[in-house]
Amino acid sequence: MAIGLHKSEFKNPVIRWVDARLPVFTMVQKEYGTFPTPRNFNYFWNFGALALVNLLIMMATGIFLAMNYTAHTGLAFDSVERIMRDVNYGWLLRYAHANGASMFFIVVYIHIFRNLYYGSYKAPRELLFMLGVVIFLLMMATAFMGYVLPWGQMSFWGATVITNLFSAIPFVGESIVTWLWGGFSVDNPTLNRFYSLHYLMPFLILGVVFLHVATLHITGSNNPLGIDPKGPQDTVPFHPYYTAKDSVGLVVYFIVFAVLVFFFPNVLGHADNYIPANPLVTPPHIVPEWYFLPFYAILRAVPDKLGGVVLMFGSIAILFVLPWLDTSPVRSMRFRPLARPFFIVWCVAFLVLLYVGGKPPEEPFVTIARVCTAYYFLYFLVILPLLGRLERPLPLPESIARPVLRGGGPLPAGAMSKPMEKA
Amino acid sequence: MADSMAQPAPQDGETRRDFLQLVAGSFAAVGVGAIAWPFISSMNPARDTLAVSTTDIDLKPIAAGSAITVVWRGKPVFVRNRTEEEVKAARSVPLSELQDPQPDQARVKKDQWLVVIGICTHLGCIPLGQKPTDQRGPFGGWFCPCHGSAYDTSGRIRQGPAPTNLAVPSYAFTSDTQIRIG
Repeated sequence: MAIGLHKSEFKNPVIRWVDARLPVFTMVQKEYGTFPTPRNFNYFWNFGALALVNLLIMMATGIFLAMNYTAHTGLAFDSVERIMRDVNYGWLLRYAHANGASMFFIVVYIHIFRNLYYGSYKAPRELLFMLGVVIFLLMMATAFMGYVLPWGQMSFWGATVITNLFSAIPFVGESIVTWLWGGFSVDNPTLNRFYSLHYLMPFLILGVVFLHVATLHITGSNNPLGIDPKGPQDTVPFHPYYTAKDSVGLVVYFIVFAVLVFFFPNVLGHADNYIPANPLVTPPHIVPEWYFLPFYAILRAVPDKLGGVVLMFGSIAILFVLPWLDTSPVRSMRFRPLARPFFIVWCVAFLVLLYVGGKPPEEPFVTIARVCTAYYFLYFLVILPLLGRLERPLPLPESIARPVLRGGGPLPAGAMSKPMEKA
Repeated sequence: MADSMAQPAPQDGETRRDFLQLVAGSFAAVGVGAIAWPFISSMNPARDTLAVSTTDIDLKPIAAGSAITVVWRGKPVFVRNRTEEEVKAARSVPLSELQDPQPDQARVKKDQWLVVIGICTHLGCIPLGQKPTDQRGPFGGWFCPCHGSAYDTSGRIRQGPAPTNLAVPSYAFTSDTQIRIG
């Protein structure tokens, strides 16, 4: 890049002066104004933007909650109750933050579903996808530590159980757990460091989100057809088309969020967390927050301590190699008659795991969890690699514009292309 | 597709789009304001903070000529049992000599008891004069060591950079020997 002032195209002299020295206006115009985006997005493509909005809501409510929270085992529970009862609108901030976490996972799960269904993880978007998995992992760590802060019974015993996962590591497990705790049980040092990290990690997430979006703007977005735009007739500028479409989704998102916060603020939480933490009594039935239940079910499905921990972390780690496990060159499940039903069954298995993860560890739930866990891994490790060889995909459309305009639109010469060949 | 959606602007220059943009813009502005308010409001004093904003004081142990300092809303309040000479000194000063003219009678509820917020009205230091060994300044009241403001036996500013008299909090006698501040 040449040294010297940026040649700004903005007319306003102040904007032009800044833009020539720091071309942020040009960048925003390029990345969010004229950015060419496939013209055939459906509403599943709202969820990336919704996730970003959700992250910002979490950070804003969290910063204001932190002004009234006390990270000390003797004071934490009461400081949260003070937020609920005495701080002006404290109840709103806390309910928005707690339900915002649930909304965040709903949004991100749909975002991931969209990705898997339309094959967005495939080349050239592998790194984009892997950064997304990193965000998901950071989100899980942040949510877990946030749930510990109110220092209720579920906070304490959730923290105890999850940190004890690391004791499954051979030889050094016990030392690692002691290190995580800063003592010999979950106690004040643990609460303090969790608070510190819970405040830090959203900013890390924001950094990885920036990389995630930067990567997206190199490859461009996938689309429901899973074929690449072949020219301007296949795309529309991001603004106003997708700013408007995202706004519609945002309104629906806020309605769902508001219904949760104002009418069912505790429906996704657990009543036991309104009992102050007691290190001497474990609640009869402890469960993590609902968004961890599928992975909790995988953990409990394995009758071996280390094996369960490995499978639980493996269920997410496997996503890092998904772009190479799925050998089919066809992205969208719309054109994969065999992969589609297998994937739908995988989604059902995920939801069943979510359900049984919240049930006590007894029959028939244990067997159901084992079957679903087996299918979860089978889908990635066996079915997808094989389908790439065995499946005969449906013919792909010639272009994005073709089906959208139902063959009616005149296409510039040269924009036409041959049907994508099957590898 | 985009071309078919664009409408030619009417002659008077107002379009449906102008209207929609105005309505959407105002709606968004009201929404942002409504969301911002709970955040701003949460930084104001909470209900438990407001609940502890009264302080009861027993005056019996305070001998004539001495004073005590009590905490009210996190601030020091000077309660002084003035001698007759001190009251007389405060009331004999002509108002024209004062920087912030206020008769002593308007600053007390009972002649001997002076209750003022012990924060210098200049820049917030706490003036000396509560302890018998303290320097009380040239007017026998309080003296602020930070920038040399001197107050008289009615807590009125007499000399130095402070602009106004020591503030009198709202208080009431709940009995002959009890007051409640706040």
